[in-house]
Amino acid sequence: MTYFASGHGACPGCGLAIAVRNVLDALEGKCFVANSTGCLEIISSQYERSAWGVPYIHSLFENAGAVAAGIELALKALKRTDEGKVVVFAGDGATADIGIGTLSGMMDRNHDVIYICLDNEAYQNTGNQQSGLTPMGSNTTTTPAGAIMLGKTGRKKDMISIAVAHGLPYVASASVAFHADIRRKVKKAAEIEGAKYIQIHTPCVTGWGIDGKQTITSAKLAYETALYPIVEFENGELTRVRKIKERKPVEEYLKIQRRFRHLFKHPRGQEIINLIQKIADENAKKYNLDL
Amino acid sequence: MKKVVRGFYSIAHAVKLCKPNVIAAYPITPQTEIVENLAKMYSNGELEGCEYVTAESEFGAASILVGASAAGARTFTATCSQGLILMSEVLLNAAGMRLPIVLVNTNRALSAPLSIWNDHQDSMVLRDGGLIQIHVETNQEAHDMVPLAFKVAENSKVMLPFMINMDGFKLTHAYEPVDLLDQDTVDSFLPPYNPPVYMTTKNPLTFGCYAPPHCYTEFRVVMQRAMMRALDVLEETYREWAEVTGRDWGGHVVGEFLDDAELAIVSMGSLTGMVRDVVKELRKNGVKVGLLKIRTFRPFPAKQVKEALKNANKILVFERAVSFGYEGPVGIEVKSALFGLNPEFYSFAVGLGGRDVPREELMKIITDVYEGKVEQGFHFGTVKEFEEVIV
Amino acid sequence: MVVRVTLGGVSKPLLSKNMKTGDWGTEYPVVDEEKCTACKTCEHLCPDACIVIVEKGDTKVAVPDYDYCKGCGVCFSVCPADAIKMELKEIYKVED
Repeated sequence: MTYFASGHGACPGCGLAIAVRNVLDALEGKCFVANSTGCLEIISSQYERSAWGVPYIHSLFENAGAVAAGIELALKALKRTDEGKVVVFAGDGATADIGIGTLSGMMDRNHDVIYICLDNEAYQNTGNQQSGLTPMGSNTTTTPAGAIMLGKTGRKKDMISIAVAHGLPYVASASVAFHADIRRKVKKAAEIEGAKYIQIHTPCVTGWGIDGKQTITSAKLAYETALYPIVEFENGELTRVRKIKERKPVEEYLKIQRRFRHLFKHPRGQEIINLIQKIADENAKKYNLDL
Repeated sequence: MKKVVRGFYSIAHAVKLCKPNVIAAYPITPQTEIVENLAKMYSNGELEGCEYVTAESEFGAASILVGASAAGARTFTATCSQGLILMSEVLLNAAGMRLPIVLVNTNRALSAPLSIWNDHQDSMVLRDGGLIQIHVETNQEAHDMVPLAFKVAENSKVMLPFMINMDGFKLTHAYEPVDLLDQDTVDSFLPPYNPPVYMTTKNPLTFGCYAPPHCYTEFRVVMQRAMMRALDVLEETYREWAEVTGRDWGGHVVGEFLDDAELAIVSMGSLTGMVRDVVKELRKNGVKVGLLKIRTFRPFPAKQVKEALKNANKILVFERAVSFGYEGPVGIEVKSALFGLNPEFYSFAVGLGGRDVPREELMKIITDVYEGKVEQGFHFGTVKEFEEVIV
Repeated sequence: MVVRVTLGGVSKPLLSKNMKTGDWGTEYPVVDEEKCTACKTCEHLCPDACIVIVEKGDTKVAVPDYDYCKGCGVCFSVCPADAIKMELKEIYKVED
């Protein structure tokens, strides 16, 4: 059964389309989708060209968390909760920046919603502008690498910790590199009452400057370098991490992407690479990732 | 059953009788007590089949209602001023999605400078958004308009958000005797919400599409049609209300003493009572003045306004807001409705930011206009002597 | 053509199927049916839901749907059996 049909307008090799398909498959289509404005919305919800095989709503950029909460309340009030779970699909900008208020409200009130952040690490729908989840050093159109600036200066916002701090019953990160893990986590989340936050790393071919053949391999390298820790929290406790057998240096991940290319050319590029390696090391330590 | 209640309660009680499924709100003066009353009812188990939630902002509250309404719920919220403006992106979105959310706006001035007191600047900013807007004069009228708002908004010919405007403080905080509706009356008037389309896994439709240039225009045409159809639906429903309850609030506009009035005065909201009082006194003295109360502001009842004002050779509009850079927003609409006629035209912005509008001020403005002592065009009411300085 | 204008722009499901995206790409995947183990990795990872495992005789193999395949190469990159290769479409081949 198709819940997200062919013919949508995603770029060839789009990471978030992979994530969406696996989430919907895990829920066997028994869900209501609230989607924020962004890549996913624009590729899938053109009038009379909808790719969706599940009830779907797009309202605004910054309110998917609240819209989902509203659907959940309506289903409760109308005694229709058996119809399916309420799921949010929101991009990283919609989640960590503009929509963090409505997301926080949804988490704070502990609505029975599975919030999926499709993290392609920038505003990719509008052409790669930096978001709160853009990693350090990334060349975006609003943090362009030049003589003085070497891409994004700050770190990637730690949404996982922010979600955990809300006291959620379930928080996890995932990656399209591990599709079975996405499905397992979504199924698990669906069995837990309350607000759930799952952040899925979804490479963007155009924004990252990779080929479709590298969508999965680059996502895997993000995990293997510990730049994208794959973790699971239940009721505030870290219950599971995906261990890394032989952690790779961050250069291996960075060098295959156009967004980090300047780091290998700029005289101060190595400084940034070192800082990025430090972030990876901290991640490995924090979550005890090394096997 | 007549009871002396505050404006807040007159709304909350009526909302309860309409059996909403989802209420989402955020506190803001002078609206808060409406939702406090509803929260209390919810807490006491008086709101059966209803979920009540305090959102993280008015923006969140309106967004919750978008989701709930799309999923088939009857929805309600109340707000005003900054809260209404914060909601505006969502409310305009709801209008385009044709979601019949009902809200009460307890009209309050906008910042800056910050003012918690009453005028109509907040709702005027949402004039063009696709929300039905009516203004009420008393708490009884406010109470009665709640079931009517649901019925009109949810009418399959309409399907648009509905905003009842009631003056903050002047009505919300006022104790007035209100003949409170009972459940049977409301049930006989307002059927359960039966959405023509809604989100369900049994028929997985896509809501909130984006429309490319080849079809966007047509959606706006359809929205405009729905608004214009709402004129008829409103009028029918106003009449039906009068039949069901015996309380006739009139149609889109209510004219008094207009047949032979040389000067017709236009007013909206709670100020109308005072204007009526002055008009009556002047009439006793043989001054030919009349009153037109505008109840429906969007869709704008241009035909009815023109018909009511056709005999007057002077028109005076009392404004509670300013369209900065032009005139008062109600005057602009009235003037446009009167196109083809050529009366003298005056409009006065009074009571901005809650400033008291004494009877004497109204009397003076009306008398001065009547006696030809005022230049045509837009004016502010009583303004203190002031000096404009930097700091 | 008459434009259908639904209430609030509500659309019916799965209409994207009307948009054949098969001509987007320059390459297309070819499955070596001998090597294919029908493990479903490509099926789960195709962003365009256009490669599925189907029964062919007494065996199961991955079959791409060229009506929609954008030639991204995800299936090629993830195949654990090395059973998928990407080929350039005829029209993109440059003559010597």
